[in-house]
Amino acid sequence: MSPKTLYDKIWDAHVAHESEDGTCLLYIDRHLVHEVTSPQAFEGLRMAGRKVHSPEKTIAVPDHNVPTTAGREDPAQMTEESRIQVEALDKNAKEFGVHYYPVSDIRQGIVHIVGPEQGWTLPGMTVVCGDSHTATHGAFGALAHGIGTSEVEHVLATQTLIQKKSKNMKVEITGKLKPGVTAKDITLAVIGETGTAGGTGYVIEYCGEAIRDLSMEGRMTVCNMAIEGGARAGLIAPDETTFEYVKGRPHAPKGAQWEAALNWWKTLYTDEGAHFDKVVTLKGEDIQPVVTWGTSPEDVLPITATVPSPEDFTGGKVEAARRALDYMGLTPGQKLTDIQIDTVFIGSCTNGRIEDLRAVAEVVKGKKIKDGMRAMIVPGSGLVRAQAEEEGLADIFKEAGFEWRLAGCSMCLAMNPDQLSEGERCAATSNRNFEGRQGYKGRTHLVSPAMAAAAAITGHLTDVRELM
Amino acid sequence: MAGWRRHRGRAVSLPVANIDTDQLIPARFMSVPRAEGYGTYLLHDMRRDGAGALRPEFPLNAHPGASVLVAGRNFGSGSSREAAVYALVDAGIRAVIAPSFGDIFAANAVNNGLLPAKVEDAGFAALEAALAHAPQEIAIDIETRSITLDGAQFGFVLDDSWATKLINGWDDIDLTLNHSAAITAFKQKRGQTAAWAWPKEME
Repeated sequence: MSPKTLYDKIWDAHVAHESEDGTCLLYIDRHLVHEVTSPQAFEGLRMAGRKVHSPEKTIAVPDHNVPTTAGREDPAQMTEESRIQVEALDKNAKEFGVHYYPVSDIRQGIVHIVGPEQGWTLPGMTVVCGDSHTATHGAFGALAHGIGTSEVEHVLATQTLIQKKSKNMKVEITGKLKPGVTAKDITLAVIGETGTAGGTGYVIEYCGEAIRDLSMEGRMTVCNMAIEGGARAGLIAPDETTFEYVKGRPHAPKGAQWEAALNWWKTLYTDEGAHFDKVVTLKGEDIQPVVTWGTSPEDVLPITATVPSPEDFTGGKVEAARRALDYMGLTPGQKLTDIQIDTVFIGSCTNGRIEDLRAVAEVVKGKKIKDGMRAMIVPGSGLVRAQAEEEGLADIFKEAGFEWRLAGCSMCLAMNPDQLSEGERCAATSNRNFEGRQGYKGRTHLVSPAMAAAAAITGHLTDVRELM
Repeated sequence: MAGWRRHRGRAVSLPVANIDTDQLIPARFMSVPRAEGYGTYLLHDMRRDGAGALRPEFPLNAHPGASVLVAGRNFGSGSSREAAVYALVDAGIRAVIAPSFGDIFAANAVNNGLLPAKVEDAGFAALEAALAHAPQEIAIDIETRSITLDGAQFGFVLDDSWATKLINGWDDIDLTLNHSAAITAFKQKRGQTAAWAWPKEME
């Protein structure tokens, strides 16, 4: 048998039907659903008189629209449209009989944090969700695709996804990371290297010592942003770190089933000599704490650098850079560390897990945020929030002056009341610095949680290593 | 969804790369019911000035009758929101021509009868040049994968299965349900070989 990549192995294990032209029906093990991209899919089922094919494999949770402030059960906290979407999910989850974590449930949170936390996401599975950051689940060695609403309806109705196989891409991070450098810096550095379309048409497997050394939280951060590199899915081969994380989770297999699962999971790695269509290698020790300066996630520079000039680029990027600098209100040659920040947002499916909050606490413990700074920490789930409170992190945050919020997507995409105002500048641990992403004319600098914490303290973009 | 094979209309150029789905429709409009139509939200913040008034020089504002958009590389990258496609379709756009597309966007487009026509860099440059000053009549043929504009012909790339789907306007779910037996057989087999992946039945 010819050697296979990890992607090949998971793909082969899920092809339920293959047409002559190579189009496959991929069987889906877990379908995660949130309130924004699902209402029309459920409505489509209803109109066609269809049921959900496998409700036991379908998990719904509201996250995009939900307010993250106390008293959010009060409908007045939401816009009319947001309230309708959350209520529609409530109704659809009950009517179609899928697993559901309503806003009132402590397990509620961002769908990509809840799935792994509850043990729904397991190695070797196929996972889909009507959300591009479904790539997050690839950290478990699960093939996880973001899909559109038509595809959500298709999966609800058939438990399969129509797919043609993608190409294989390897991203290797060799060696060790330097102090102050995190998973977020790895994933941003990779996008800086490959560009936002570098992974288009590929499934990326992340490997190498620096990836192996990451916790599951860190691996989720890396895979989360595979989509910002253009790849529909990112993968990391499961290992002891993975098994340790999964074991004992509410929906993880137990007893003999656990042993059977483990036996297969241990075969989930890329065989020696397997073919990759594209390979990118970075040295872990070369990666610095990074920050984005522009309006594309590929606009990445080490924090020690200066704002680039459009003339530093070639082709269409010259005009794009000019437009980005204008939008961001930055001047070429300005030191990145001189950029003043109005708001700090810590959270999202990229960096809303317990380890991220611990990293923030380490930086801000015993310090105060800069006068006038708006700084919020939005845990990724009710359970992350509870754990942070138990560990005393929440007290550290509150004493430092942070707002300590309830779980949700929040200011990552500004569908709830958490938004930037025009011209407001934010250091954010989320995943997208697109124009208007965090609010109309808002300005976003993507950073790691530690770097966001440092900016909250000093009031400007800061090299966190100086505070360590 | 009605299928289509050929389209004649007006093409307009939007010479910007990396138009992501957050640009195509900002998230704050995504909770509006589709029945109200998403056309007015298409590229909302690019088309308007700070006061919310349409910028007359913006290509889609200057030429509201356009049905084909020629845009820069990596069109539709970012969020999986199908609302980005709804906004284009509801604004009367039938095809987007670009050197490359976000993967999820392209699949969503085909599911809504919108053609994502991928062209080579040379063809793209020629199209951009032809459209630099004014929109032009354009003819698109999905079957032959050809674009005709200003007397010149350009080829485009489109997966065969997507072409078939666009031409026939097929409903994927109906097609897949034709393979119900295969899906059921696969499910039963996987239930045995990977019982660990089976959640407990719903309580």
